[in-house]
This record gives sequence, C-alpha cells and structure tokens, in this order.
Amino acid sequence: MHFNLFVIPFMAGMIALLILLAFRYSQWLSNLETGDWRKIGSNLFTLKTIYAFREIFMESLIHRKVFKVNPLLGYMHMSLAFGWFMLIVVGKFEAFYYTGKFANEFYYPIFFRFFEQTPHLSTTLLNFNASMDLILLVVLSGIVVAILKRFRPGMTGMKKITRHSVGDRLALSSLWMIFPLRLLAESTTAGFTGNGSFLTQPIGNFLNIFLPLQSISMVFWWMYSLALGAFMVSIPFSRYMHIPTELLLILLRNWGLKTNDNFTGFSEIEVQSCSRCGICIDTCQMNSQGKNATTQMVYFLRDYRYDQLKPDLSDNCLLCGRCTQACPVGIDLTQQRVLQRKKMTFPQSAQFKYLPVNQDIDKTEVVYFAGCMSHLSPNISLSMEKIFKADSVKYLFMDRDGSVCCGRPLKLSGQFEAAKQLVENNRQQIIASGAKTLVTSCPICYKSFKEDYNLKIRVLHHSEYLPELISQKKIKVLPTGKQVVFHDPCELGRGSGIYEQPRNLLKKFTDLRPLSQEKSDSLCCGGSLGNLSMDTEERCAIQKATADYLNSGNPEFIATSCPMCKKSIGQFSVAPVKDIAELVAANLVKIGQENHKLLKYRKLQDAMDIQ
Amino acid sequence: MSENKQHIIIIGGGPAGLEAASKLGSAGYRVTLFEKEEQTGGKLRTWYKLYPGFRLAEEVQDFLANEIKINVPEIFSNAEVVNIIPDNKYHTVVLADGRSFIADAVLIATGFELFKGEKKEEYGYRIYDNVITSADLEKKLRLGQPLTTANGQTPARIGLIHCVGSRDKKVGNVYCSRLCCITGVKQAIEIKHHLPKAEVFNFYMDMRMFGQNFEELYIEAQQKWGITFIRGRVSEVAENIDGSLQLKAEDTLSGRPIKMNFDLVVLLVGMVPADRTEAIGKSANLGFTSGSFLASADAQIKPNETNTPGIFVTGTCKEPLSVGETLSDARSAAVRIISWLREKREIN
Amino acid sequence: MKEWGYSILKGRQIDFENNDFSISRFVELHEPSFSWCIGCGSCTATCSAAKFTDFNPRKVNLLIQRGEIKGIEDEIAKCMLCGKCQLVCPRGINTRNVVQNIKRAISKSYAL
Ligand SMILES: Cc1cc2nc3c(=O)[nH]c(=O)nc-3n(C[C@H](O)[C@H](O)[C@H](O)COP(=O)(O)OP(=O)(O)OC[C@H]3O[C@@H](n4cnc5c(N)ncnc54)[C@H](O)[C@@H]3O)c2cc1C
Ligand code: SF4
Ligand code: SF4
Ligand code: SF4
Ligand code: SF4
Ligand code: SF4
Repeated sequence: MHFNLFVIPFMAGMIALLILLAFRYSQWLSNLETGDWRKIGSNLFTLKTIYAFREIFMESLIHRKVFKVNPLLGYMHMSLAFGWFMLIVVGKFEAFYYTGKFANEFYYPIFFRFFEQTPHLSTTLLNFNASMDLILLVVLSGIVVAILKRFRPGMTGMKKITRHSVGDRLALSSLWMIFPLRLLAESTTAGFTGNGSFLTQPIGNFLNIFLPLQSISMVFWWMYSLALGAFMVSIPFSRYMHIPTELLLILLRNWGLKTNDNFTGFSEIEVQSCSRCGICIDTCQMNSQGKNATTQMVYFLRDYRYDQLKPDLSDNCLLCGRCTQACPVGIDLTQQRVLQRKKMTFPQSAQFKYLPVNQDIDKTEVVYFAGCMSHLSPNISLSMEKIFKADSVKYLFMDRDGSVCCGRPLKLSGQFEAAKQLVENNRQQIIASGAKTLVTSCPICYKSFKEDYNLKIRVLHHSEYLPELISQKKIKVLPTGKQVVFHDPCELGRGSGIYEQPRNLLKKFTDLRPLSQEKSDSLCCGGSLGNLSMDTEERCAIQKATADYLNSGNPEFIATSCPMCKKSIGQFSVAPVKDIAELVAANLVKIGQENHKLLKYRKLQDAMDIQ
Repeated sequence: MSENKQHIIIIGGGPAGLEAASKLGSAGYRVTLFEKEEQTGGKLRTWYKLYPGFRLAEEVQDFLANEIKINVPEIFSNAEVVNIIPDNKYHTVVLADGRSFIADAVLIATGFELFKGEKKEEYGYRIYDNVITSADLEKKLRLGQPLTTANGQTPARIGLIHCVGSRDKKVGNVYCSRLCCITGVKQAIEIKHHLPKAEVFNFYMDMRMFGQNFEELYIEAQQKWGITFIRGRVSEVAENIDGSLQLKAEDTLSGRPIKMNFDLVVLLVGMVPADRTEAIGKSANLGFTSGSFLASADAQIKPNETNTPGIFVTGTCKEPLSVGETLSDARSAAVRIISWLREKREIN
Repeated sequence: MKEWGYSILKGRQIDFENNDFSISRFVELHEPSFSWCIGCGSCTATCSAAKFTDFNPRKVNLLIQRGEIKGIEDEIAKCMLCGKCQLVCPRGINTRNVVQNIKRAISKSYAL
C-alpha cells in the first residue's frame, strides 16, 4: 500500500470532478430528444464508434484542425493535451512494469517518483524514466508558448485573446503551475535519491548543492498535488470543461446527433465544448473589418454559459457561418445563436391576420418567387422573366406585386412562431398553383423553402435552375470571354452547400477566375439579415472591404447570385456586380439562331459595354 | 524677365480653373492649365440654361473664353493629371502620359462627377428606358432634342426624384449636393416651357432653396407652372408593360403610401468628386471631407488653402457649388495664391 | 383607411408633458439609430406589410418618439421583419432592430 497524506488534495479534486461530471452529463443526456436515443442505439455498435475514437484522438489530443489554422497554436494545444495524456499512459505502464501488477492505487503512477525513490538499474526502467522526462519537457514547452500567448497574443496568430472569468483564472493558473511543480517535485527528489533522468536529475543535482532537498521536496509534492486538485475542481467551472465534454460531443455527433430547431441536451453539450481557442474571433469579419471584437461566438457562448446572455449581444451577428466553418470543435454556431434568440423572444410577437388567403391562383408549371430583396434589385427578376420566356415555360411570378416575406428573417431573429404564419400563407399559394417546380432568386428564401416549407415539389435556386435549362438545351448563352469572379452568398454556399452549380454555369460562357477566399471560405457581403443591431457604418466597412477584395484582381464583372450581396457589394465596387441571372439573360441566344447571329451579337455586347 | 516669373499650375479647365487662370494671368504670373478633355469649360459644355435666371450656359462659357483670350495661359488639353509630388520649394505635377511639370503653386480645380444613377438599382436607371438623369435631360435640351419617351411619345406626366445618391448613408454619401433641389425646380419649369400640358411632380425630402432667388423660383414653379411637390422619398420605380413607370413613395404629409404612373422619370443625381481627385489629394497629403471632397484648411478663414503649403483648391472639387459661387471661389483662390506667392518671394 | 394615431386619441393634440416615453427611452437605449429618422417615408413606401394593411413604420416610430403609444402593440405586430425598409433607409437606421426593441419594450420582458 502506497500512501502519503499529500495525495489527498489530488484525490479529493479527482473525486469531486467525477461527481460533478456525472451530475452534469446525466443532466444533459436526460435532455436529449427521444429520436436522439434511437440514433445512439442504432449506431453504437457500428464503425461510427470507431470513427469517433479516431476523431477524438486526432482532434482532442493532436488538435489537427488547430494545427492547420496556426501551427504554433496547434503545437501548444497538442503538447499540453497529448503530452499530458502520454504522461498518464506511459506512467501507468511504468508502474505496471515496475510492480508487475496492472491495478495500483489510482494516484500511484502519478506520484511514482515519490513512492519509488531507489534509482533504477534495468534498461527498460531507465528508458521509462527518460521517456517520462522527455514528455514532461514537451509539456513544459507547451506551457511556455501558452504563457507567451497570454502576454503577446499576436504571436500565435490570435489578434485578440478571449476574456476570462474567475473560474478560468483559477483553472488557468493551476494548470500553468502543475507541470513546473511536477518538475520541481521530481527534481528535488532526484537530487537526494538519484531516481531522475536527463532533465530532472541535473536540476536536482544542481539544487542539492545549496538546498536541503530532503525536506523541501515534500513541500513541492504537496504543492503539485494541490495544483492538480485545484485544477480538477475548477474544470467544471471553467473553460476547461470543454475537454471532457468534447469527447462526449464527438461520440454523439458520430452517432448522428445534430442541433435542429430545438435546444436539446445535445445543443448544451455543443455549447460546453467550446475550447475558447478564439479562432472564431479572427475569422469574423465584424472583427477583422468592422473592428468589433465583443460579440463573436466565443463571447456569445461564454455569456450563455454564465447565464449572462443579453439580446444586444445575441442579435449582433451576421449569421454568416464563417466561424461555424472554422471552429475546430465543429459546433453549429449559427444555429446556436438562432436558438438563443428563440429563447429570448417576447411572448407577444406578430400577427398576420391581414394577409390575403389564397385567392384564385392560375395553374402553372413553374412558380417563381423573387423575394423581398429582389424587388430592390429589379434587374434580377426581369432577367429571370426573360429567361422563362425564352424557354417558353408556363410560369407564375408569385410575388410580382410585392412579397409576403418567406419567414426566414423572423426565424433568424428567433420568432419561430410568427415565421410559421408567413410560411403557411406562402405554402398554401404555392400548393394552389399546382406547380412542379419552385424557383427563387433569393438564397434566404431558398433556405426557408427547403427547410421550413415541407413542399412536395422541387425547390431550386436559380443558380441550380439555369444550368439545368442550359444542359437540357432549353436556352443557350453566347460565350463572352469576360473575366469574372464569383462571390458565394452565405446562405447559398455555407448555408445550402451550393458552390459548384453557379461556377459551372459561369464557366460555360465567361472566363471565371478563382479567388483565394472562396466557396466555404468566402467572405460575407456584410448585408446579411441575420444581424439585427450592427450599425450601418460597421456594415459599410464590411461591404467595402469585401468589394475591395473581390476587385483586387481587376475582374471585368463580379458575379453573384443573391440580391442582397449584389446590393451590398455593388455600392462600393469598381467592377459592376451582376447576378448570374442577369449575365445569362444578357447573353441569351434563341436556339437555332446562334451561328449566323453570333458575330452580330458580340458586337452589340461590346457596344453596349454594360454586360 | 519671364524666367523670373513664378509659375502656377491649374488642374482642371472648368469654370473654376478658367476663372482662376485669367485672374492669375492678369496679375502677371505664368499660368499653365491642364484639362483632361479635348475642350475646356467643364460641365457648362453640356448644360442648357442656368438657374436662377435661365441664361444660357453658353453665355458663361463665352465670358470665360473671352477672359482667357486677354490673359492667355498655357493650356494643355487631353492632359489628365494623375498626381502631385509635393516638396518644400516646388511641387511636381504628373500627367497620365508620364510627363511632369514643376510649379511654385498648384491649384486643384478638378470639379465633380455625377453620382452613377445605376448604383441605386431600385430606381431603374439603365434598366428602364424611360428613367433618365438630370444631366441626360440637360444634354437633351442643349442639343435641341425633343422631350419624348424612349419610343418617341410626348410624355403626359413626368416625375423628378430628388436626392439620388446624396444624403444617403447606404451609398456612403451623407452630404447634401446642394444644387439638385434648385436644379429640380429649374428643370421642372423647363419641362413646362417645352411641354405646357405635361403634369410635373417633384418628390423631395426637404426643399433646400438657399440661394438668391431660389425660393422665388420655387414659388414660381408652383404658382405659374402648376408643378406639384410631394414630400416623400421614392423607394422604388417599376416598369409597366407599356413601358411607363410606376413610382412608389410615401406621401408623408398625408401619411399614406402613394403609387403613381409616369411616362418619364428624371433622377436628380448628386455630385461626387471627379475620378482622379482622391488619388491626387492623397499624393499631395491633403485632407478630405466625409464625402471624399478635398478639404479646405479652414472653412471660414482659409477656404482655398489646404494643409500642404503651396497647394490650393477651388470650385466643386471641394464642395458642391453653383456656377456663380464657383467663380467667386476661384477669384478668392487667385487672390490668396497671389498673396502667398509674394510672401514666398520675400522669404527667398 | 384607419387614421391610426389620431382617431383613437382623446384630443388631437400631442400632450407632450403627460405622454408615456418609456418605450421610446428603452428603444433608444438599445438601438440609438431609432431617433435619427428624418421622416422621408421610403420605409413605408417599400414596406411589405404596408402593401396588405394600413401599417406605417415611419409613423409608428414617430408616434412612439412623441410618447403616443396607444394601440402600438397591434400595429407593430404587423411587421414581417423582411428588411426592405432597412435597405432603403437613407439615414442607415436599423429599422428591424427598432421593431424588435419596440416589441421587447411592450412585452416588458426586460426592465424598462
Ligand atoms: C445637373 C446639374 C445642373 C446644374 N445646373 C446649374 C445651373 O443651372 N446653374 C448653376 O449655377 N450651376 C449649375 N450646376 C452646377 C455647375 O455645374 C457647377 O457649379 C460647375 O460646373 C462647377 O465648375 P468646376 O470648375 O468646379 O467643375 P467642373 O465643371 O466639373 O470642371 C472641372 C474640369 O476639370 C477637368 N478635370 C477633372 N479632373 C481632371 C484631371 N485629373 N486632370 C485634368 N483635368 C481634370 C474636367 O474635365 C472639367 O473640365 C449644375 C450642376 C448639375 C449637376
Ligand atoms: S466557438 Fe469554436 S472557434 Fe470559437 S472559441 Fe469556441 S471552439 Fe474556438
Ligand atoms: S456568424 Fe459570422 S458574423 Fe456571426 S460571429 Fe460568426 S463569423 Fe462573426
Ligand atoms: S440639394 Fe436637395 S435634392 Fe440635392 S441632395 Fe440636397 S436636399 Fe437632396
Ligand atoms: S421589416 Fe417590417 S417595417 Fe420593414 S419593410 Fe419589412 S414589413 Fe415593413
Ligand atoms: S426610411 Fe429611414 S429616415 Fe426615412 S422615414 Fe423610414 S426610418 Fe425614417
């Protein structure tokens, strides 16, 4: 039986942590939806579980994604997480080898050098000894980076470090102390017993010259144990709660759980998994271009965790999804924000009794819904009409005289119930039209139609519909050879995963140039309806910066496929900004006339200059 | 003798540049004027009649041309200035073709450009055939073209929209262009001169009738010509199937939205600094106003000086001004340059 | 068309001294652009809701600023939050956040 009083703080901390974790976990898990349990049940004994463990290893220990963003930051996370993990694992095997028993006291491997003070003779043990010193050295180097980062944040790429709470400070200082104290405890012990290796032994020998190590070392073992205990206890009250929680998150996610329109136990687990790495601060254009570093997801989640979330902060986000894309933990951040807005919504909300109920609607083939914003960029819907006519398809321009909003703006602001009233009104009209296809020009409406309308017909954004018309040879466009870059609208790209269709379309008749930040990496135009409270100057700063970026290669046109993006970027752009529908309509040829008319058309295009 | 003459370069041959050139020339200085276009005269070349008295813009052009004949400066046309390299003693002025010239003093008179109407797509400029700008209308009138719709019909109802591209945070221009209100009144009356039967409506946010005889002209427009002024900013213009236009605004004084059909719509586009002005200003370390016009060193006591000694500004490159104001401002700049050059000579 | 804001008031005068400015103060605190309106009317002209009903966002905001808040609850509930007004507003007012905060103020879910 190995025992010394000093192990008590560590063990107490450990037990407290386990109790707290068990309590928290059971709370979260009890809030899972029934469907979630079914998913877990059917996926538990499949390959998915193995994938989950691989992911845990790659992300929670090696921190692969952080490495990708910033190698130094990645090293810091890895040396701490993986290093500590290795100390535990190698320590365990060392104890196993030494005692020949796998089961020892829980704390025995951790304080091995305290309990086993006779110098080792066997090579295996010496190797174990050296490995443990080496791993300790790696962990210590990680601590050095962490300390530097705290005082010189620019170094690790983070422009601004995240703000810290009391629990965080306690956890952070105990974490920083743990390994230096372990070094001191082991070194001072090695100094008078000779049980150290290449790191601890020389330090011990040196200290032995002028210090009474035998008595001092006990102090360090106590402090080491205290630091460990303090860290354990502070975990549930600090950002480090993310470490145990992320493991759970990865498992559940691999088993198919997701945050949908309700805030569930899984959502809570997502929130608690944020490591406050701060990557979302850097990636957010409200910070990089709008100079606002107070409202990003890391702050939003922190305020939620501490029960201090205010609508003013929650409302101030474009919901562009750039942070969701970049978050190494893979939290569905924008959805989290929307759900918190939903929680904070007011009881009295909206009343749309005045809306007309389903008047007689002409039966049609295709329903076209331009969307509210398209009415302020009328050339988009004019172009679409021109295309419908060229295809001679029977279509109905549902919101020609102004729209009933699709409902998504209300939903994004948290007013789910009010949104449903609008959805129902539009849905009835769409169904009554008897159309088989619904085409929209607005990515916001598109997402709403796709996800909230439960329509049994095809729902297409025009960037999907137009290439289809061309490949079915229903319309034909003249090649223009113009240099074009494509700006991905947030709701269409990151929001709906439509990246290739508009690009393939443009490649058919323009000289499409790549951008360094495109597709899932693309910038937000700044106009997003997701943000309720950002002031106009800040918005304009983002709009201008994005316009400048898109203009940097001097393209002849900037193409996009969203009325809002067109407007936002257009105000500040040198090159004209055109929706792909406008580009198609401007270069449309009647089938059968293309050859002899080609030259004439080209000349006309050049003369018109515009498009 | 002529070698000892101090040299002044003037950038821009609009009313401001020409007036300053003649005044400085008559004071005995060597003056070089660069004009990026083929001809001097600036916007006057395309305007028809000038408010407030409806005299022909041509007459003012002639007046300026005559003055220049007496004190002939060296004029380079088709000579676009791209930047200025400031220095303690002489400033260097660089042209687009690479040539450069040095001078003791430089006067910037690059004037203004019109706000691009198509940037407010909701008004349909360059989308709907019957939406034109105030500048288009001036050109039409000057060239003696008949006032018709795109398909040659006589318009029965014409609308003028104020504040297009001015007083609009969304396009980044918060300032008031000052002249579009009175231009709107002038053009409404001119339309009535040509088409006495047409109904004319002006949609405004505020009527800014600050100048001499401006308010009188506003009154005349209502009383003599029957022009209607509706207080409401237009939110959007849409095209009807027959090519006529539907305009949406709120008639704010009755508190109700208003929808009206028009045969022709004129956008009173605002003023923005001329294309190269920002680059020239930056190269000479000058300051800018919120609307990117060139900033004077002091609005009251140094209206033509900048924060770079020896570089002066005049005319509409620093703020929206009428022709009369522009000419006064050019004279004020000339006087200040003369006194500044004297001080410079005395120091040397 | 109902003359909302006039007919439902006791007198025709705006009784500035005795009116209720609690909503106005709340909204201005949370969305300062609330009081920058110059009454140009473009928001009302473009408003999606105003196409179907007698809703006038310009007037609602103005009356709240004058402390005239009777009937406001039913009025503000008509907004679809579509954002067209915000896109046309020349003063760069966050009209949607104004609506949102008026609703918050009315629902009294937050201290005024
Ligand atoms: C629609 C409209 C109607 C108007 N009607 C009236 C009216 O009725 N009455 C009235 O009093 N005022 C009127 N004005 C105002 C009038 O046009 C201005 O007051 C006047 O043109 C200002 O003269 P300027 O020399 O400052 O600028 P401009 O007239 O713009 O002249 C500037 C000159 O500089 C040249 N230039 C610019 N950049 C460079 C460069 N980099 N290098 C070389 N040269 C350059 C330009 O080619 C131009 O010739 C009207 C304005 C508008 C917009
Ligand atoms: S939300 Fe994601 S990116 Fe942001 S701090 Fe948390 S873990 Fe990092
Ligand atoms: S969604 Fe966009 S605006 Fe919102 S915090 Fe993330 S990056 Fe910033
Ligand atoms: S002068 Fe009149 S039309 Fe021109 S910007 Fe000022 S207020 Fe608007
Ligand atoms: S957001 Fe509301 S007030 Fe604004 S235009 Fe839409 S419905 Fe009207
Ligand atoms: S558009 Fe803006 S400034 Fe104009 S009335 Fe509406 S809120 Fe006021």
